[in-house]
Amino acid sequence: MMITLLLGTLVVIRLMSVSQMASVLSGEDEDVAQKRDNSMNSIGLMLFMVVGLALMIYMTIKYQPFLLPVAASVHGAETDFLLNINFAVIGVVFFITQIMLFWFVYKYQHDKNRRALFYPDNHKLELIWTVVPTIVLSALIVTGLREWNKMTQGHPDDGMVVQVYGYQFNWITRYSGPDNKLGRSYYKLISDTNPLGIDYSDPASKDDIMTKGNEMHLPKGVPIQFIFNSRDVIHSAYFPHFRTQMNCVPGMDTRFYMEATITTNEMKGITKNEKFDYVLLCNKICGVAHYNMKMTVVVDEPAEFSNWLKGEKKVIDAAPTAELEQNNTTASTVNTEVAL
Amino acid sequence: MEVRDNTHSGHAVAHDVHDHGHDDHHHDHHQTFITKYIFSTDHKMISKQFLVTAIIMAFLAMGMSMIFRLQLAWPDETFPFLESMIGKWGKDGKLDSGFYLALVTIHGTIMVFMVLTGGLSGTFSNLLIPLQVGARDMASGLLNMLSFWFFAASSLVMFGSLFIEAGPASGGWTVYPPLSALPQAIPGSGLGMTLWLVSMVLFIVSALLGGINYVATVINLRTKGMSMTRLPLTVWAFLITAILGILSFPVLVAAALLLVFDRSMGTSFYLSDIFIGGVPLDHTGGSPILYQHLFWFLGHPEVYIVLLPALGLASEVISTMARKPIFGYKAMIGSMLVIAFLSFIVWGHHMFVTGMNPFLGSVFVFTTLLVAIPSAVKVFNYIATLWKANIVLSPAMLFAIGLVSFFITGGLTGIILGDSALDINLHDTYFVVAHFHIVMGSSAIFGMFAGVYHWFPRMYGRMMNKSLGYLHFWITIICVYGVFFPMHFIGLAGVPRRYYANTAYEGFDQLININELISVFAIIAGVAQVIFAFNFFYSIYRGRKAPQNPWNSNTLEWTAPVEHVHGNWPGPIPEVHRWPYDYSKPNAKEDFIPQTVPYSQTPESNRPGDF
Ligand code: HEM
Ligand SMILES: [Cu+2]
Ligand SMILES: [Cu+2]
Repeated sequence: MMITLLLGTLVVIRLMSVSQMASVLSGEDEDVAQKRDNSMNSIGLMLFMVVGLALMIYMTIKYQPFLLPVAASVHGAETDFLLNINFAVIGVVFFITQIMLFWFVYKYQHDKNRRALFYPDNHKLELIWTVVPTIVLSALIVTGLREWNKMTQGHPDDGMVVQVYGYQFNWITRYSGPDNKLGRSYYKLISDTNPLGIDYSDPASKDDIMTKGNEMHLPKGVPIQFIFNSRDVIHSAYFPHFRTQMNCVPGMDTRFYMEATITTNEMKGITKNEKFDYVLLCNKICGVAHYNMKMTVVVDEPAEFSNWLKGEKKVIDAAPTAELEQNNTTASTVNTEVAL
Repeated sequence: MEVRDNTHSGHAVAHDVHDHGHDDHHHDHHQTFITKYIFSTDHKMISKQFLVTAIIMAFLAMGMSMIFRLQLAWPDETFPFLESMIGKWGKDGKLDSGFYLALVTIHGTIMVFMVLTGGLSGTFSNLLIPLQVGARDMASGLLNMLSFWFFAASSLVMFGSLFIEAGPASGGWTVYPPLSALPQAIPGSGLGMTLWLVSMVLFIVSALLGGINYVATVINLRTKGMSMTRLPLTVWAFLITAILGILSFPVLVAAALLLVFDRSMGTSFYLSDIFIGGVPLDHTGGSPILYQHLFWFLGHPEVYIVLLPALGLASEVISTMARKPIFGYKAMIGSMLVIAFLSFIVWGHHMFVTGMNPFLGSVFVFTTLLVAIPSAVKVFNYIATLWKANIVLSPAMLFAIGLVSFFITGGLTGIILGDSALDINLHDTYFVVAHFHIVMGSSAIFGMFAGVYHWFPRMYGRMMNKSLGYLHFWITIICVYGVFFPMHFIGLAGVPRRYYANTAYEGFDQLININELISVFAIIAGVAQVIFAFNFFYSIYRGRKAPQNPWNSNTLEWTAPVEHVHGNWPGPIPEVHRWPYDYSKPNAKEDFIPQTVPYSQTPESNRPGDF
């Protein structure tokens, strides 16, 4: 801040002399742009445009490896394709309109001896540039919505059910076990030993598995039905590599269906990075340690995954007997369907 | 159409809009310092009050952004001056992670509301509506004065909240509950959040008082001959903006009120099934998502409340400085109306990943992408206006061109974000930050700069220094693109916004260079604004005296005397005979024909469709 202030004062002092000089040098209405100002500034705009567009292309190429990491899910590959089409379309529009904008300003600089063309409208032109964007946008809407419908219309019983549970400031995952059903949970049952508030009296909870440690495993090539919940504030479960994101909202279930296509090991090869790991990040501001709320995600071959899961303890095995016996009658499912 | 005009000296002057022979304004009444500069009811003074307040708030918010940019670019460095500046929040020269969020929150709130809503609409609607429609003042000078003072109070409360023990609100400018409802969740949700809500309610009162006044003035106080289709596009933009505000701000009051109830009276509008701080709360049955629907029902119109006045100012500046009629005047009005209408039915695009019913999501995709059509029409019309024009590059014109450039760049990324399937991966990343800072932040700020440079002679009777204006423009446009364009890359790489440090995931390590680049540009951009501030305040006292009509413009405000008089015109209000864009009309004597010139005086240039 000191440096900023210092620089600021210097700049101002310097500029005061510039402005004084300018007033001395020029004539009467010198605060209105003169011929020289027009040509200098329009050359400036052309330069700005050319250099700007060049830098943009350069940076896009240079940072290509870090932009959009390789998509590791079925729908992710499709949305990436769609994204690229969209970028191509808007890229073309971007180049055409920016170039016209700056080029016209350069080309039609003021000349006292010339008049602008009096051209207040042209209905045909206006019709064209209303209809053409409409057609292009319709195409984008249709392709976008087709993908959206495809990725959101999973059958509720499809896929392996996995719960992702957010709380300040960490994640817990729960696997539904052989019955593929999560046991009920209720927030008033939450305790140190029962962080999810599972109702052990629900038979569906008997085979549920909650993972310890800050790591979540997923099998490759198996459709997964995520169910997201939160205990305190809104979190957002964001898996950048799977192009998957869904808010975790207290008092409500949210869902997302996806299928991972690349194991962590394969990805290490693809990215040529031995240390590569998938990640689950929190992407909704949730408190002071929001930036640290993450979990490592490991995608295994299905066989590896089953082995790993077998090594994890069932929730009821980990629970203290006192809690198991507390046959809680208040417990109820929290299954708020999202209303239209 | 009798209109009561309660002026500050206490006498009520009635004037009939249709009778311009009658003008009994007294210019001999004396004004004290207080009635002239503080509790003024004169729209020209109120406009300056809004502008100066907004400039101060903008510097404050910009200073905050410089602090958090330091943190983002150099997370491992310490900056000892922080401790002397912000005390315990910068202990040992490290920015506190909670205070980082507070800075982001207050920065966003001040910029969106105090600078780009209050500052932009307040300044230019006030200055230009009466002067351009040919009115003595706003419909109600008293409400207008109150509008400013509520705005000032709101700004003060927001500023004051920076100094409280637990820190200001820090849940992001959108203050989503439960985070904003529970002090247990984040310290800023205690007193800081209460002050935030108080400030916002004051702000909304100000916006509503201003809005109804602007609408009433445009509808009722137009001078003779000023039909709606002869209004400058600025006035159209202010009118539509005011209507948007009147319809949407009350919904924010409702959202805020329910939040207040949840916070202090134990209701459960937004809260349900929460276990925090080791205990379960009693709240049950509420939905945090309800808040988001209410917030964005205002929030999306709000972005156009910010943008439309800027577009209006740009239309006027571009046409005047291009010496050419704005292309497609009616289409410009039409597209503003369509944008305004659509802006009420797209709010769901901020909520694609809240678990919203996918079919409802599809509807929002559809309406959202529809907005792109009138937006595109506006851009094409600006470009067509420049085609075969005769362009004078004043600093205002440069800023207006910058606005169009930003509007294109940022509007195009909106098309990607509006596609729900693509938004899943981009929501809440830096891609969104890039999108809205370019399309809303930068466009609107550039519109505001264009307005200030262009109408400064009308506000202060003096000219701003041109060379400093050019310097300011060049540094600013380069730095603004330098700051926000690279954010697209960071966003595509998957970096979430509102992160105190990008250290959580090794994959982000390669991006630190981009973050440093951004921060360097941000700091230079900040410093460059000192040039503007200097030019502004210096020119108020020392600028060259302004000529009557420095830009050879057609609109009415340039017929009013350079030295402000109460009631705007010493004699009768001028009558209007034509639309505002007769620039470079073939065969006309000069390249502009002011709106006050009757067709009977310009037989040489009249065209068949003119009458
Ligand atoms: C072509 C027209 C536009 C489209 C299709 C569009 C679309 C979108 C979408 C879908 C989002 C949500 C992204 C997300 O959070 O994931 C968004 C965010 C935003 N847009 Fe736009 N937009 C457009 C123009 C504008 C304009 C003109 C403005 C302002 C003047 C604006 C201001 C914003 C703001 C402030 C946000 C983010 C707010 C936040 O999350 O903090 N947009 N836009
Ligand atoms: Cu978080
Ligand atoms: Cu929006």
